[in-house]
Amino acid sequence: MTEAKTFIGKTAVLEGLAGNPAVKAVLAWNPEALLDAKFDRGELTLTIAAGQIRAAAATVQAAGYNFFEDVTAVDWFPSSPRFQLSYHIVSHSHKERIRLAVMLDGAAPTVESITPVWPAANFYEREVFDLFGISFEGHPNLRRIMMPDDWQGHPLRKDYPVEGYR
Amino acid sequence: MTETIGRPILEAPIAQGAHDQHMILNMGPQHPSMHGVLRLVVEIDGEIVVRLYPEIGYLHTGIEKTCEAKFYHQVVPLTDRLDYLSPMANNLCYCLAVERLLSLEIPEKAEWLRVLLSELTRLNSHLIWLGTHAMDIGALTVFLYTFREREEILRIFEGLAGQRMMTSYFRIGGLSMEPPLDFFDRVQGFIRTFPEKIDEYSNLLTGNPIFKGRLKGVGMLSAADAIALGVTGPNMRGSGVDFDLRRDMPYSSYEKFQFKVPIATEGDCWARYEIRLIEMRESVKIIQQALDGMPEGPIKADAPKIVLPDREKMKTQMEALIHHFKIVTEGFAVPAGEVYQGIESPRGQMGYYVVSDGTAKPYRVHFRNPSFATLQAVETMCKGRMLADVVAVVGSIDIVLGEIDR
Repeated sequence: MTEAKTFIGKTAVLEGLAGNPAVKAVLAWNPEALLDAKFDRGELTLTIAAGQIRAAAATVQAAGYNFFEDVTAVDWFPSSPRFQLSYHIVSHSHKERIRLAVMLDGAAPTVESITPVWPAANFYEREVFDLFGISFEGHPNLRRIMMPDDWQGHPLRKDYPVEGYR
Repeated sequence: MTETIGRPILEAPIAQGAHDQHMILNMGPQHPSMHGVLRLVVEIDGEIVVRLYPEIGYLHTGIEKTCEAKFYHQVVPLTDRLDYLSPMANNLCYCLAVERLLSLEIPEKAEWLRVLLSELTRLNSHLIWLGTHAMDIGALTVFLYTFREREEILRIFEGLAGQRMMTSYFRIGGLSMEPPLDFFDRVQGFIRTFPEKIDEYSNLLTGNPIFKGRLKGVGMLSAADAIALGVTGPNMRGSGVDFDLRRDMPYSSYEKFQFKVPIATEGDCWARYEIRLIEMRESVKIIQQALDGMPEGPIKADAPKIVLPDREKMKTQMEALIHHFKIVTEGFAVPAGEVYQGIESPRGQMGYYVVSDGTAKPYRVHFRNPSFATLQAVETMCKGRMLADVVAVVGSIDIVLGEIDR
């Protein structure tokens, strides 16, 4: 397998993958916003400060990562910060994929919507809002998408009872 | 691309009475041309579509939540139920993701068989698409022809896995069992005659003036819109974006196969139709290469703590019995980490995101399914066209509601 190399931590990634276009673009844009980085199992993860995700998305888009593939969340309850948002973005020209991650606190989690950068994020952000209860500022139509409009709670949260509230 | 970025799409639900002359029409959830339980709320001015809004979730079963309560190997049958027209592609994507989490090497024969089966699945899926799409347009004959060939594929699957549709044949670490003795002969027999069958469909449709008239210039999607709205697979390639994960980011030894990726620049329903016909021919070539060069060897990885032992060994060897008991009752621990595995499913880029916390159950599984994103582009494709074109568009983008609603 070609995934032998692993870099954990921001400094290791900056040294080991200095030539990566995404790493270069993010550093040129705002090195402060890059909180953490990881290259594990052939996948590059850049952890971005929560308030900066829209600008970061525009930055990597300009660096050739042109195709938004997916955004989803992971609930690390009960640890803090509780929510991890994972954005997967593919580059058609570099033929590789990166992950932008954002960590959010459990109380009233809110993050900027990236729909102005990629309209494709529309349904995906609605899904995260519906199933995790994370709000996206600037989303054109933030409503439930899977569950009925009058549903209580957010089913993919770890503290959601599997059999529903009784 | 600039003109699409920032353009608001799917802004708000359409309300009755917003415009006096306009009518709100619900297509679905029970509508013969909506391919399942898709509901399209259409605002029409006479017969012209002004706005269109997909409502989904009627088939939501919470598969992602269910996965969190299962052992890793118990998730495989759940993935069949997402895109139920191409179960092998779902199995493959999930197994590859978990194998990368485990850093597990797969024997060459298993990889090649997986490629062969993925392409057979692609034929199966495209045949259903072609039959139902033509039926939506009014060409009923093709449906019977495509289902005749699909039946043979399903019989091959039945011989292979014991199941026609929900095959669950892939396993983490390889495949569930050796293919039956007549498997390769049957596949060879099928693909020997199949290219003629594609000619037959083409004869029925490509020159058909009604079919042409219903598809040409209908459902236009530009390359920039396709990328901006997350459209993938044959729909994206029909708009002129040259990208295919099988060729550009190969997995499961696809780099060893020679095949062409068809591209069309028109971006209409007709381009998507032609692309899929060529894709079927290319799949036949890949299957032929897989049959010719099929390596010898085992079909399961040598990892007794992860892969279930053969029945024979389980009944005769103490150690194999212990492993079997352990895997079935306790599962196997997967090292902590996160993996996003993308594959080119018949409908486009499928991606499974699996997060492990080091236990025997996945901490989080997320399915990125191509149909879900493609649905966002329906409004762009239908706007300003006649209501009847909505049927042609929804048929041409080849969606499956099982993977949209999950």
